[in-house]
This record gives sequence, C-alpha cells and structure tokens, in this order.
Amino acid sequence: MVSPVIQLENFQFRWPLAQQDCLDIDSLVVMPGEHVFLHGPSGSGKSTLLGILGGVHIPQTGAVTILGQQLNLLKGTARDRFRADHIGFLFQQFNLIPYLSVLENVLLPCRFSQYRRNNIKGDMAQEAHRLLKALDIHADLWLRPVTALSVGQQQRVAAARALIGKPEIIIADEPTSSLDAQRQRAFLDLLMQECATASATLMFVSHDQRLAASFDRKVALDEINRVSRQT
Amino acid sequence: MSMKYLLVLAARSAWNRKLTLGLTVMAVALSVTLLLGVERLREQAHKGFSLSVSGTDLIVGARTSPVQLMLYAVFRVGEATNNISWSSYEKLAQQPLVAWSVPISLGDSHHGFPVLGTNQDYFKHYHYGDNLALRFAAGRPFSSTFDTVLGAEVAERLGYKLGSRITLSHGMGLGGLPEHKDKPFVVTGILKPTGTPVDRTVHVSLEAISAIHLDWAGGIQPPGFHIPQEYVRKFDLQPKEITAALIGLKSRAAVFRVQRAVNENKDEALLAVMPGVALEQLWQVVGVAEKSLLAVSVIVVVVSLSGLVAVIMAGLNERRRELAILRSVGAQPREILMLLTYEGVFVTLAGIVIGLALLSGVTIGAAPIMQEKFGVAMTMSLPSIGEFKLMGAVMLIGLLASLLPAYRAYRLSLADGLTPRV
Repeated sequence: MVSPVIQLENFQFRWPLAQQDCLDIDSLVVMPGEHVFLHGPSGSGKSTLLGILGGVHIPQTGAVTILGQQLNLLKGTARDRFRADHIGFLFQQFNLIPYLSVLENVLLPCRFSQYRRNNIKGDMAQEAHRLLKALDIHADLWLRPVTALSVGQQQRVAAARALIGKPEIIIADEPTSSLDAQRQRAFLDLLMQECATASATLMFVSHDQRLAASFDRKVALDEINRVSRQT
Repeated sequence: MSMKYLLVLAARSAWNRKLTLGLTVMAVALSVTLLLGVERLREQAHKGFSLSVSGTDLIVGARTSPVQLMLYAVFRVGEATNNISWSSYEKLAQQPLVAWSVPISLGDSHHGFPVLGTNQDYFKHYHYGDNLALRFAAGRPFSSTFDTVLGAEVAERLGYKLGSRITLSHGMGLGGLPEHKDKPFVVTGILKPTGTPVDRTVHVSLEAISAIHLDWAGGIQPPGFHIPQEYVRKFDLQPKEITAALIGLKSRAAVFRVQRAVNENKDEALLAVMPGVALEQLWQVVGVAEKSLLAVSVIVVVVSLSGLVAVIMAGLNERRRELAILRSVGAQPREILMLLTYEGVFVTLAGIVIGLALLSGVTIGAAPIMQEKFGVAMTMSLPSIGEFKLMGAVMLIGLLASLLPAYRAYRLSLADGLTPRV
C-alpha cells in the first residue's frame, strides 16, 4: 500500500494576536506523484498553508504529516532540515539570490541539504547543467548573474533549483503570475514534465483557473477551509 | 551547511552592496587610523619622555623629592631649593665605581629658555633616546668662557646663527628679569633636534656662570660695582657649588650601592635617583593628557561602529526577500544570524586592515618631518602590543555591534517564514 506524501488531519491555524482562525481544514491527503492544483482567491490562506507544509508555521491543533513524518513533533532546526531535504520551493517572482550566478542559484539547496546532495549521482554541477538544459536555459547564461535574465528565464532557473537533488515534493506558489499567457503555458508544461521525470509530487498554487486543465486533481481552498470569511 | 559556504555567501552579498558598505569600511578605517595614531604617538611620547636621559645611571642633587630633582635637573622646570657643594661633587666624581660625571648648574635664563652651566663632558656623555649622543647642526662645543651652545629650538625660535651675540637674564622666567648685559656671549654651536629638553637649553661653561655672577650679590648687581668682561679671567672661576650632577658608572650592577652611598652621605644631604624610575613616576602625572586623547579616539571608533550598525540595519528591509529565499532552500534562522554577523565582522576587519595601512602610509610620509622638526624617530615596525590590544578591542566591539542587525534579521526570518510580508 502506498502511503500519502502529504496528510493534513483536522487542523486549525491561527496567526499570533489574530481574532479568529486563518485555516481550519478537516482533511487533505496527497499521494505520491500527484499533480495538485490548489486554488482560491487571494487572502484565502494559500501562502499560509504552504508555510505550514514547509514547517515554517505550526498549527495550534491537528497533525501535519509529510512523508510519514509528523512535522509538529520536530524541533525548529529539524523542521528546517526536513524542508530543505524534501521540499523544493518556487515562488511568484524574485526567486533568485541577485548576487549569485545562475548556476550557484540552482546549486543552493545542495549547499544546505546533505540529503539532496547525496541524491545526485555524480557531479552536482553536471546535474545542474542537465536541469538547466531541460528547462531551456542556454549554456551561455549559466555563469551570468541572474539579473541579466528575463523574468521567464528567472522562473525556469528557480524551477531547476526546486528540482535539484530530487526532493519528493515541489511546492509552487503562483510561479506563472508574472509571465504572459503563452509563456505560462510553456513554463507549466516544462515544470510538469520535469516533476514527472523526477517522480515528484507537485503542489501548484494559483488563483488562475485557466491553468487548472492540465492537472489531474484540483483542490479549492475555500471549499476545504471551514473558516467563514466576511468579504 | 558548511560554515565556509556561509562565509562565501556573506562575502558575495557584501560585495553586492559594496558602495554603502565601502563607505562604512572607510569610516571605520579612518577611526581606526585615528585610534592607532593616537596610541602610537602616545607610546612614542612616553618612550621619548622616559628616554629624555639615557646612559646616565644616577642623577645627584641636594636632598629633595626624586620627582622634584628630575623636574629641574632634566626638564629645567622649577628651581633647585638647594645646591650641592663643589667639594661634595668632586668627592663623588672620584669614587672608584664612577666612570664619568657631568656637573650642571642652573638658575639663569635667556628669553625664557633655561641656561645650563656645564663642562665639555656634557656633549660627550649626555645621551638620550636609544643611547644617542648629542650632535651639532653647526659649530662646536664652547671652548672659551663666553662661548655658548644653543639647543635646536632656541636657535630656531630666536633666529640665532653661529656668531650671534646674546645676553643672559638672572633667574628663571619671562620678562622683568635683570640682565647680565655687560657680559654678552657668542654662539659657537647649535645642536640638532633631540625631542628632549636639550632643545630648549642654552649651554654655557660652569666658569661662565661664575663669571657673570662675580659682581653680583643677593640677586642684584650692586650699584657702582662692576667687573668688566675682559678682566674676569683674572678671578678664580672655579664654581663653589653646582645644582646637580649626572653620573655614569663603570658597571650598572653597582647602581644601588652607589645610590645608597650618596643618599647616606654624612657631610651633605644629597639625593641620587635613577632617571628611568623617576621619569616613570613623572609620566604617571603628565601622561593623563594622552590618556584623555585616547579616550576621545575610542569614542570616535564607537561612533563609526554605530554607523556600521545603522547601515546594516537600514539595508535589512530590502534584504527580507533574500533572507526568505535562503530560508526556503534550507537556511536555518541561526544561519541567517551568522550570515549577518559575518557581514559586520568583514566590515570591521576590513576597516582595521585599511586603517592600519593608512596609518603606516602616514607614518612613512611624516617620518622625515618628525625627525627633523621634533627629533622623534618614527620607525616602521610591527604594531605594538598596545596597538594589537586596541585592534582586538575594536574587533570585539564590531562583533558585538553586528549582533544587533543579525538578531533583527533572525527575528525577521522567523516571522517572515518563506514569504516576506513587506
């Protein structure tokens, strides 16, 4: 029997000093290799949920289990290591460290995670080259500063960074919202293809329903979140 | 996560902001230059002071306090309350352990500069600094009664050359003093600068001191009583008493024995002091001024380091995104703390190194002027222990100061998580 990659059970999360809960979710289970489209209007707590999956925020009640590990039982340092080992993050924009080269940016997770370093058979730089090539970043750009890149190129470099060292989960938070429609399509295809190659689970967060079609599973956050909102 | 990679990250990040951080480095560097410069001058001044006399084992005068004796015998400040008799001096000079002795006689002045009566041995045995002998910029030691040798500052300030004629005043001080104007002196020698009280001294022979006072009694020249200059040679110019004597011993090991013998002398109340010890006591008093100068430059360093804190703090908000990215790829808040601490340490370290380099440059540039004008030898050498201590202290304060923005970054990265709420 295959065990779930992400398992949220009956949890509530409230920001410090807030009057009411931000998230109150009964259950969310994601199986290995699934590509999940998580959508919801802005302010529905998408980013907070990702913070919880990444172990940055800890829910007040309930359990968050990632890859069989209950995150709220880990200490801060261990949660940081767990995140670095098993989750690749990809954000809306400004994903890259401006003073590092393209290649150095891609290699960053390997600097912080022994696990992801060990997942690479052979040379780290060669693996980075392979990913960059697969994500259509020309070799001329690899040693250039990231500021020389277009926004679309930057997002693909960030994707390579999220994928390097084969983390089991890729969390992408509105990664296409700074791209035009045509590039969104191309980027999404590349990302999904590479996730499939690495057999990684993809959590794709967006408020843009047009992208949902490519996903085999769609989750609407405001449907599973029991917190009633005044709008 | 290796420490080494954090260092690389910190360096790359700092380089990315090189303009603002560079200005901060310069501020720290200048304050370090000032601090070390003051410390170096202070050490030089102390060294110069404690080497105002060197090679002299004992200074002997009438019984008084050691500091008092040093004040008038070496620095020509104040007046001797008592003199020592010529016979006591002669007995002392003939002791078997004594290698050489130089008698000195004070009491007169020239335009506020003290006049020192001595003999030619003074130019041979009076050493200063690192056992340096007096050297002549022009001329030679006095040979006849009304010859005089000027210290470098006297000659420069009063514009005297070889052959200038000067008259001496009776007593020490400025203005209103009776003049020995019937007996002028001729400048036969001018000394090179030494950075010691010698520069401010007018040297004449002991016989000259006797000669100008032949027709004086009780501090004035009695009216109608005058011995013209050309007749003084007919008188016995052997001094009856002197103010003090510099003593050199055949063996330094005998210094305590001779000192005790002098201090226990039955015929006349005498005092022998070791110049090094007494100068050190005196420095305790006059060194306070330099200490307060050092205190001011310490404040300048603290101000420049608070500038460093302000610059790093101000930059933090723009770097929240960067810190969040690092968190998302696995950096722990503790590592964010270290990253920011490294930055402050880099800036402080760079400031210290550049400050030291600047100081060395200034030292090299100023050395010839210092040597020529003040007789202070500024040598290029490794920083002294005192300077190393100061640099260590600056480093420590820099480290503590950089913990402030580092702690703020730590708090921010805890609060921001992966998505900075800017």
